Amino acid sequence: MSDLIHKSASELADLIASKSISSEEVTSAFFDRSVELNPKTNSYLYLNRDTAIAAAKAADAALANGEKLSPLHGVPIAVKDNLTTTDAPTTSGSKILEGWVPQYDATVVARLRKAGLPILGKTNMDEFAMGSSTEYSAYGPSKNPWDLTRIPGGSGGGSSSAVSGHLAPIAIGSDTGGSIRFPAAVTGSVGAKPTYGAVSRYGLIALASSLDQIGPVSNTVLDSALLQDVISGHDKHDSTSLPQSLGSMADAVRSADVKGLRVGVVKQLDSDAFQPGVKACFDDTIAKLVAAGAEVVTVDCPSFEYAIAAYYLILPAEASSNLAKFDSVRFGLRVIPDGNPTIERVMAATREAGFGPEVKRRIILGTYALSSGYYDAYYGSAQKVRTLIQQDLAKAFSQVDVLLTPTAPTTAFKIGEKVNDPLAMYLNDIATIPANLAGIPGMSVPNGLAFEDGLPSGVQILAPAMQDAQMYRVGSIVEQMYLAEWGAPLIAKAPKLEVL
Amino acid sequence: MSEITPDLVRHLASLSRILVTDEEVATLAGELNVIVDSIAIVTQAVKGDVLATSHPIPMANVFREDVVEPSLTQESALSAAPDSAEGRFRVAAILDEE
Repeated sequence: MSDLIHKSASELADLIASKSISSEEVTSAFFDRSVELNPKTNSYLYLNRDTAIAAAKAADAALANGEKLSPLHGVPIAVKDNLTTTDAPTTSGSKILEGWVPQYDATVVARLRKAGLPILGKTNMDEFAMGSSTEYSAYGPSKNPWDLTRIPGGSGGGSSSAVSGHLAPIAIGSDTGGSIRFPAAVTGSVGAKPTYGAVSRYGLIALASSLDQIGPVSNTVLDSALLQDVISGHDKHDSTSLPQSLGSMADAVRSADVKGLRVGVVKQLDSDAFQPGVKACFDDTIAKLVAAGAEVVTVDCPSFEYAIAAYYLILPAEASSNLAKFDSVRFGLRVIPDGNPTIERVMAATREAGFGPEVKRRIILGTYALSSGYYDAYYGSAQKVRTLIQQDLAKAFSQVDVLLTPTAPTTAFKIGEKVNDPLAMYLNDIATIPANLAGIPGMSVPNGLAFEDGLPSGVQILAPAMQDAQMYRVGSIVEQMYLAEWGAPLIAKAPKLEVL
Repeated sequence: MSEITPDLVRHLASLSRILVTDEEVATLAGELNVIVDSIAIVTQAVKGDVLATSHPIPMANVFREDVVEPSLTQESALSAAPDSAEGRFRVAAILDEE
């Protein structure tokens, strides 16, 4: 059984499809391990054996009838807790939604069920996805399986911790400024943010609607590709959902070829701002690509310097509006102050009690950015920076097929190290934010261990909008180059959780 | 140095419907000043005429037939409400008595 939990999702899918093993056996193995190890990693906020096993049995029954519902049929999965599920509480990491069981499934959740993937549980996250470490979760931080005193990244640290600790073979994340890619980088796993609109956001508890995108978390590039294929596609319930298909990501991975590849290195993201060990891993990736025959050029994206500033105006502005729905009226917490309070006082008391400090900070910041007198100078300028970033990227992509950057400025930091310094926390997303502002796809692939601390580093691959297949192709090339060197995925070097 | 005073924090919190203590106001004013100072550089980023982008991918409006489809029932919509009565959400008084 211990062999089973180290297999990739595609290997498990093949074993299940050939009936060498049942989905029930696989799901049980991951479920039992999750129950045993979750007290150490705090990856999951909610686990339900009954619903997971029932779904696995249904997948086995379908297969017995000759029905294979998807290429990941029968493979269990973990889902970030900001996606609505009718059979599990959905908190988005917040006390204001504690115990809430939604009345409908998110489109992504419905597609997972339809594709025959049993859902193991809901994963931990920074409250309403505001954070880079899960330390802003109302339910305590998740831990990095490489070192349990360190953060697993955020906001999707529950999903990255579950996948890199083999508490789930694959997981769903959401990425507003790097919440899939940053956690993947610091846990030695793979994570992809698809093109904006490629995956329906219906049933995703919105943080910043023009930036949010749901995507896969896994231990291999092929697994992420297979999962993106399952969850993507037009959805009439999301008005921003792309009408067209972007093709098969799994086919792109399988047809990856370095021949003729043109790679851009962004001048503004090749600096001393990155930890030397992370920078060394990045330089090694570039050297390997050059040795394999890729052409590498430096591209100039001057407006990237303003990306974080623009992001921390646009995100709070959208969040302050999106989070207005937590008003104690229709669902979630209601706190009634003493006396005979009006509804306004009930709302204020409820939001005081139900929101954590980072959420309050960002709502108030967003309200400021949108106030009359500041709106044009701040929010208006930030929206223009988005245009400048798109123009920089268009120019860069006229010269190259993809851009490569280090995913994160550092390896995983210690729990507690940055939690009281919001500005330091915001800088973790320096390389990932431009993709959200421009709507383009980006993924993180492991590229080694930093020499200072022996912790995982990731390389980010950015492709033009709609060209997710190109991103996966290059992700696969990078993965194969390192597989040839290491003989196994980076994750095989992670310490074993069960002997701790 | 930006101008986030304790009074402005109180006003913004009130607009945001978040009750704040004096201690929180002091902390937030300090933090928000640091954050706003660092993001104020966006005002220097743009020179000349640049269009604002509100949405990253160009979209066209789409029409559909006006057909009734299944949706949440009233019972289901009310099922997670903190309080309900007679098929409606029940809330505290909207207006002060005075």
